[in-house]
Amino acid sequence: MATVDLKDVKKIYPSGFEAVKGVSIAVPDKELCVLVGPSGCGKSTLLRMIAGLETISSGTVAIDGKIVNSIGPTERDIAMVFQNYALYPHMKVYDNMAYGLRNRGTPKDEIDSRVRATAKILELSALLDRRPRELSGGQRQRVAMGRAIVRNPRVFLFDEPLSNLDAKLRGQMRVEIKNLQRSLGVTSVYVTHDQLEAMTLADILVVMNAGLVEQVGAPLDVYERPASTFVASFIGAPPMNLLPLSQGPAGPALADGKTIEFAPANAVTLGFRPEDADVTFGVEAPSGALVLPALVEAVEPVGAESFLHCAAGGSRIVVRVAGRATATVGNQLRVVAKAEKLHWFDQAGKRV
Amino acid sequence: MVPPASSPRSGSVTPRVVFPNKVLPYLLVAPQLAITLVFFYWPAGQAFYQSMLRQDPFGLRTKFVWFANFRKVLADPAYLNSIKVTVVFSLATAIVAMCVALLLAVMAEKVVRGKGLYRTLLIWPYAVAPAIAGMLWLFLFNPSIGSLAYMLRSFGIAWDPLLNGTHAMILLVSAAAWKQISYNFLFFVAGLQAVPKALIEAAAMDGAGETKRFWTIVFPLLAPTTFFLLVVNTVYALFDTFGIVHAVTGGGPGKTTETLVYKVYNDGFVNLILGDSAAQSVILMIIVISLTAIQFRYVERKVHYG
Repeated sequence: MATVDLKDVKKIYPSGFEAVKGVSIAVPDKELCVLVGPSGCGKSTLLRMIAGLETISSGTVAIDGKIVNSIGPTERDIAMVFQNYALYPHMKVYDNMAYGLRNRGTPKDEIDSRVRATAKILELSALLDRRPRELSGGQRQRVAMGRAIVRNPRVFLFDEPLSNLDAKLRGQMRVEIKNLQRSLGVTSVYVTHDQLEAMTLADILVVMNAGLVEQVGAPLDVYERPASTFVASFIGAPPMNLLPLSQGPAGPALADGKTIEFAPANAVTLGFRPEDADVTFGVEAPSGALVLPALVEAVEPVGAESFLHCAAGGSRIVVRVAGRATATVGNQLRVVAKAEKLHWFDQAGKRV
Repeated sequence: MVPPASSPRSGSVTPRVVFPNKVLPYLLVAPQLAITLVFFYWPAGQAFYQSMLRQDPFGLRTKFVWFANFRKVLADPAYLNSIKVTVVFSLATAIVAMCVALLLAVMAEKVVRGKGLYRTLLIWPYAVAPAIAGMLWLFLFNPSIGSLAYMLRSFGIAWDPLLNGTHAMILLVSAAAWKQISYNFLFFVAGLQAVPKALIEAAAMDGAGETKRFWTIVFPLLAPTTFFLLVVNTVYALFDTFGIVHAVTGGGPGKTTETLVYKVYNDGFVNLILGDSAAQSVILMIIVISLTAIQFRYVERKVHYG
């Protein structure tokens, strides 16, 4: 149905502030692209530029190969789900959903059948005569979705649609959005600051930082091969352990002076995921692995797993162990991470 | 009135101040009560009492006539005419003042540079005293010396508010509305700012053009402001325009611009028919009370959403 292509898109505000510093992303047809990043990274601005709500300072936004820079939001045939839903408070749910169709001159009976069909999909049929203020947060969210879906637009945009919901509902809606998007097959761009949402929803994950794209890729690829220390620390919870390396006499060394023989020469940061390390009380260490003597400082049992917060290699690290942790606070143990599970980053924070 | 000292907290969210002394709360509200009693209830009571009295032309004898004054006033064609004049004048003033103010407020929203200055300038007319505003318009439209009257005549309009009742009414409405526009403008600007931007953006994405967005989203959401202003403007036109009427037309020509308030003044203080005048005041009072009641009913319920 539609592709979305951004080419070197920039947003410079009159004050001189550069919110988006040249972003190029291509979203293939029917795929869901998630823009994720900390607040202020420019992801919402980028979304609003795709929507046509912000002017594009330079670069091009193309939908279905056609550049839409100078086309207003009214004509772009895009639907957006806003963070605070932006439901029309003076209209009933039915009219909220019918509004866009009416504006496009859809025949009355077609509007009716489409609104009712959409309401059925979203389980809103019983609520069509209510006003937004009479709905719960989750229901409002559904209406906002319904308003977008009913128009059958070329592209869906989501601006942190789940951030106003409680954790349980968020998990539920996340699955629903994914299913809906897949079954409707509408190209979508989704903005969130929640890395879990980003990981689970995305076909293409775009990690943004300070107005620039840090990495683009399939969620698991991004997770397994983060392109920079920023991505490594942003994606994954708890984040990747990052240990600074200094140039010792025999190559890169940890802060406690221990040289790591197999480290690339230009690496200044060593990283490994909490689940990629094992703990052992024994002394024998497998060769070709990172072995760190560690002191347990805190234990966080989560149920299915536990997180050990340790002091090791001159830094603080987190290690995940399955089930109940046998270690307790004050234990001395060894953290072992296989060499192939280690990530190396250079001076600029880029992956080596 | 409920003494705050003994009122329980049940049902109330806001914590109430509890006085240990039973007399103190009454003492504290006494000044307010005194002012209300002396300046509101006493004159109102006097007016009500006077409305049932009739005096001889020299003010030597006074007779208690019950509701005869009311019967006389309500049967008087001049009074009925005055009611008609007042309704026309009030509605016209309210509608003109609100429409122009809304237009200006919507336009002011679009101003990019010097928004603040623009708004401030539009609020100034509110600071002009009614009689002065009236004089201003009187001079502008004076058939012999008014510059705007001259312009109208050059367009072939036989402009003469001194002889033509309709022209006089138009002049009066313009003067009264002009003064109220600033006030309405202020409220509309505030009202427009309270409309969430996301709603307008959502409507734009829903394919609504600018005009459509205004009438289907912005205007309905302004309803509380509009309703409030409708009441305020009607009350203004009904009661606060004495100065303008007095300065511009003096109720003339004939009685074509004699509003209810102006007639109270004319009958009471010019013609010295105190009984009739008092009866008219009481009728006015009843109108105010009913208007206020309607306003409260609606403001309480709020034409509001969200």
